[in-house]
Amino acid sequence: MVAAPFCAFKCTVSGSYNRLVGSFFIVCWRGLAANMPTVGVRRELLFKALGRAYTDEEFDELCFEYGLELDEITSEKEIISREQGDSKAAGASDVILYKIDVPANRYDLLCLEGLARGLQVFKNKLEAPRYRRVRPVSGESQKLIITKETEAVRRHAVAAVLRNITFTQERYDSFIELQEKLHQNVCRKRSLVAIGTHDLDTISGPFTYTAKPPGDISFKPLNQSQEFTATQLMSLYKTDSHLRHYLHIIEDKPVYPVIYDSNGIVLSMPPIINGDHSKITLKTRNVFIECTATDLNKAKIVLDMMVTMFSEYCLQPFTVEEAEVVYPDGKACIYPELAYRKEKLSSEFINRKVGINESTEKIAQLLTRMCLRSRATGVGDEIEVEIPPTRSDVIHACDIMEDAAIAYGFNNIIRTTPHTYTVANQFPLNKLTELLRQDLAAAGFTEALNFALCSQEDIADKLGKKISETRAVHISNPKTAEFQVARTTLLPGLLKTIAANRKMPLPLKLFEISDVVLKDETKDVGARNSRRFCAIYYNKSPGFEVIHGLLDRTMQLLEVKSARGDGYHIQAADVATLLKPPLHMKSLCRKSSSTSTPCKTNPGRLRPPALLIQKLCLVT
Amino acid sequence: MYISIYGNVSFVTPNHSGIYGPWGRHIRSLLRFAGLKYGGHRCGGDAPPSLQTLGDVISAELRSSKHWELTGEGTEIAEQGSHEARVFSSIPLEGLAQSELMKLSFGKIGFSKAMSNKWIRVDKAHEGGPRIFRTVENIEDQVREKLLLVQRGNSCELEEKEKNELKKRRLLSEVTVKSYWITKGSSFSTTVTKQETELTPEMIATGSWKEKTFKPYNFEAMGVALDCGHLHPLMKVRTQFRQIFLEMGFTEMPTNNFIESSFWNFDSLFQPQQHPARDQHDTFFLSDPALAHEFPQDYLQRVKRVHSEGGFGSQGYKYDWKTEEAQKNILRTHTTAVSARMLYKVAQQKFTPVKYFSIDRVFRNETLDATHLAEFHQIEGVVADYGLTLGDLMGVLHQFFTKLGITKLRFKPAYNPYTEPSMEVFSYHEGLKKWVEVGNSGVFRPEMLLPMGLPEDVSVIAWGLSLERPTMIKYGINNIRELVGHKVNLQMCCCYSYVTMYVLLN
Repeated sequence: MVAAPFCAFKCTVSGSYNRLVGSFFIVCWRGLAANMPTVGVRRELLFKALGRAYTDEEFDELCFEYGLELDEITSEKEIISREQGDSKAAGASDVILYKIDVPANRYDLLCLEGLARGLQVFKNKLEAPRYRRVRPVSGESQKLIITKETEAVRRHAVAAVLRNITFTQERYDSFIELQEKLHQNVCRKRSLVAIGTHDLDTISGPFTYTAKPPGDISFKPLNQSQEFTATQLMSLYKTDSHLRHYLHIIEDKPVYPVIYDSNGIVLSMPPIINGDHSKITLKTRNVFIECTATDLNKAKIVLDMMVTMFSEYCLQPFTVEEAEVVYPDGKACIYPELAYRKEKLSSEFINRKVGINESTEKIAQLLTRMCLRSRATGVGDEIEVEIPPTRSDVIHACDIMEDAAIAYGFNNIIRTTPHTYTVANQFPLNKLTELLRQDLAAAGFTEALNFALCSQEDIADKLGKKISETRAVHISNPKTAEFQVARTTLLPGLLKTIAANRKMPLPLKLFEISDVVLKDETKDVGARNSRRFCAIYYNKSPGFEVIHGLLDRTMQLLEVKSARGDGYHIQAADVATLLKPPLHMKSLCRKSSSTSTPCKTNPGRLRPPALLIQKLCLVT
Repeated sequence: MYISIYGNVSFVTPNHSGIYGPWGRHIRSLLRFAGLKYGGHRCGGDAPPSLQTLGDVISAELRSSKHWELTGEGTEIAEQGSHEARVFSSIPLEGLAQSELMKLSFGKIGFSKAMSNKWIRVDKAHEGGPRIFRTVENIEDQVREKLLLVQRGNSCELEEKEKNELKKRRLLSEVTVKSYWITKGSSFSTTVTKQETELTPEMIATGSWKEKTFKPYNFEAMGVALDCGHLHPLMKVRTQFRQIFLEMGFTEMPTNNFIESSFWNFDSLFQPQQHPARDQHDTFFLSDPALAHEFPQDYLQRVKRVHSEGGFGSQGYKYDWKTEEAQKNILRTHTTAVSARMLYKVAQQKFTPVKYFSIDRVFRNETLDATHLAEFHQIEGVVADYGLTLGDLMGVLHQFFTKLGITKLRFKPAYNPYTEPSMEVFSYHEGLKKWVEVGNSGVFRPEMLLPMGLPEDVSVIAWGLSLERPTMIKYGINNIRELVGHKVNLQMCCCYSYVTMYVLLN
């Protein structure tokens, strides 16, 4: 009986079905999908780096196992043609691109270099490289001196040097792209950290990181042919589709951050733009990297990411030349930190948390495949895990445990049933709501489901009330008027439902049992939900008796008698304040919770049902 | 008798249907006599089939023909000339001010047509405003000529292209006439025995039903739409999910608090204060009441410490954690905020294992489209017990989804700020022949649980999914606004099938 109609459904809707599932996407747990960065890499370059070619399916499978998502297989041509039309795409490259979604905390997978390295280590084809900070051959390290003025705007800075690097067009593109990805992601659109990269051979240290009034800063910014003052730049970039998003970070500050070299050449005005003078080209051999920040920890992470990813192309791969940062108080720090941290944990911990039973050695191997070099110490089942500077996401033993589980393969873990014994309970208010809804539908009323958010007008002006008379909570950042307040009554939603369904045959009988929100100073957040029941009868003739009948039926279900005193009754009320004439409301009824009824737990919370009858022509 | 009524019994579509002409009355009474409801339910629709169902008495053959007619505007032009011709003729030799011309009813349309015909010209530099002059001496009003042809019934003299052009200008319309060619049937008779449609109490009382012949039912027609109320489809699916949780022994959490503090919504879940989800672009903040008060102070201090310095085995996020940020009131972005409150409560007593669930509204200040609204329902399940494993989480999810009819599951490593490990749940979609995401899950981080005061060996596993998505797929709805909110299509609401969850996603 049940299966047959569903088969029919399957055939008839298959068209729309596919479209729907094409974009299937469960929005649910915060911080996941919406913030997941996507990295675009050229397929041939990726496969070259991985040392073998994959079919799209094989690669998709590998991504799935590792926690990545092959989001799209496309080409530059396809992207341009989709966004700007076929004519614009004519000359574009049709090299295949993989768009890969990367977990938001894995900054080390945001470029081709990191992705390939991570996957190669995972496939046991490569040992995770060891990143080393080295002293400059000359003996004198680059210096970045921070002045006191920066404290007013952006107080932290870190720096490093990539020595004897070789760029190709692809490497250069990837280098620029990684900065952009980091800016969007961990740098929180440059507000926490901003990265500047410079051709070291065009500038000379020591460098000074200071802050000056915008009128006093003047330089030729990247890709411009003339000098501008900082004030001019800010108005110039107002219309720049890319840079205008960052202006607000310093715009209203009295001083703007700026970095000079020893000859007074401007390296950058973070977090907005670099100077044109020191820009990186394909010929650049030595790169000076500075990160200015409001969050020092994030700045260190970002700097570590930049140098670990691209030191691969240095004459001495995976070595980074140190730079010295001097604070206003004279304290000097050496960067990049490139800190390796050691954690000790037991294999029993991992086995117990994951639900597997592997030897200590095996688990050490699993972790090593996740770029966490590990070894059994020989002391019991102890494992020593080394967390490299690329894995800033590992902050607790549970992060190590997860990596062991990923390397083991989530889908190789045996699914077990916990023995947790509990007795289920319904939330009493929801239980009553469920019961009532069934019977209200059986009484011939159809359930509506309206938004909890609405405009001020909906709950005030349209009902002939002032917004100040309502106990509505107000939203400070609505994108449109639809989300100004939380509803204080269910009535506007039902009226709008009717207005949107005037083509339906009459009468329309609707109800809704749902929560409204009211300010309540006794609550920790200053507001509470209130469950309401509202029903509406819409016909050419008023039919008050219908809504009255529904009220009687509801009270009967709640075991509340019709009586003055200990029961319910209807009395005339002045409702002109509630609804503008000629929208008239005939009756308002209330019932105090009766302690003698079996459903005593809730009727008190089902606040006075607003009953109304209104004429056809009045709902517009 | 031979009935030849071609062109008389006609059903003119699309707007007219009926039986017209001198013979019409005759036929209508014949039909009534035959017990045929004209266009009624019993006969299964419009008049033509009912004529044909007279079957052997008369036979009716459908013939349709098309012809062209003038529209109202077309008739006007046939009488008075085209707009452009009228413009031309209203311009005297000394010209006419453009503003004067535009006052005429036909001015605007006629002007542009006359211009493109090069009948007139505009002198924009003329004193006293632009002035219009004739450029030719005589014109030929072809539009009117053509329309007159059609009016006289000589439309065949026009080419198809010309007719279509006039149709585009809404001067002509094509009319389809459906006619029935009616002849005597094999058992033609001037007296037709009336077939009964319904059995009446009188027939039973008098026994006359034995002699009557009854008209057969038309099983092809739909039954009458019943006058009954309906539950909202999304709420029906909600009930089903609720039922599944109850069957599995999960207790419902009190989620009737849409307003939440950032503290319970984010900080208690170890979600750092600079997390993009806490951005104005993602979350609805409140201006009134803007701030929350009364936090469990010692717990708040532990949360502050784990964020800024770490502890409980964690490095922490190493940033300056601010109470003011935690105080900010928001519309909750997930029901996990309630889970946090519940777990904190559990931690304040001697620990006993719990299984919780909730299905309620959450709010996001996101860009809206056909599948995303600013508010939606989140389904969440939570289990807290000693020594739960990742395998246990997979096992519970397997049981949960099996109850939905989804048995083929696999898990992908993912990232959530407050769970570690985190897993996206994928199910194999038989229709699409591929794996689709059906939910998200994980083990709550120790940085979230330990500051609450839960015992160290207690693990909490949890998962979540949205209610709207599976419902939209189940009912084949492309636009979420058709399902939720006042723009809901009530007609569609009434048409939803019984919710059979085990086929929800396949």
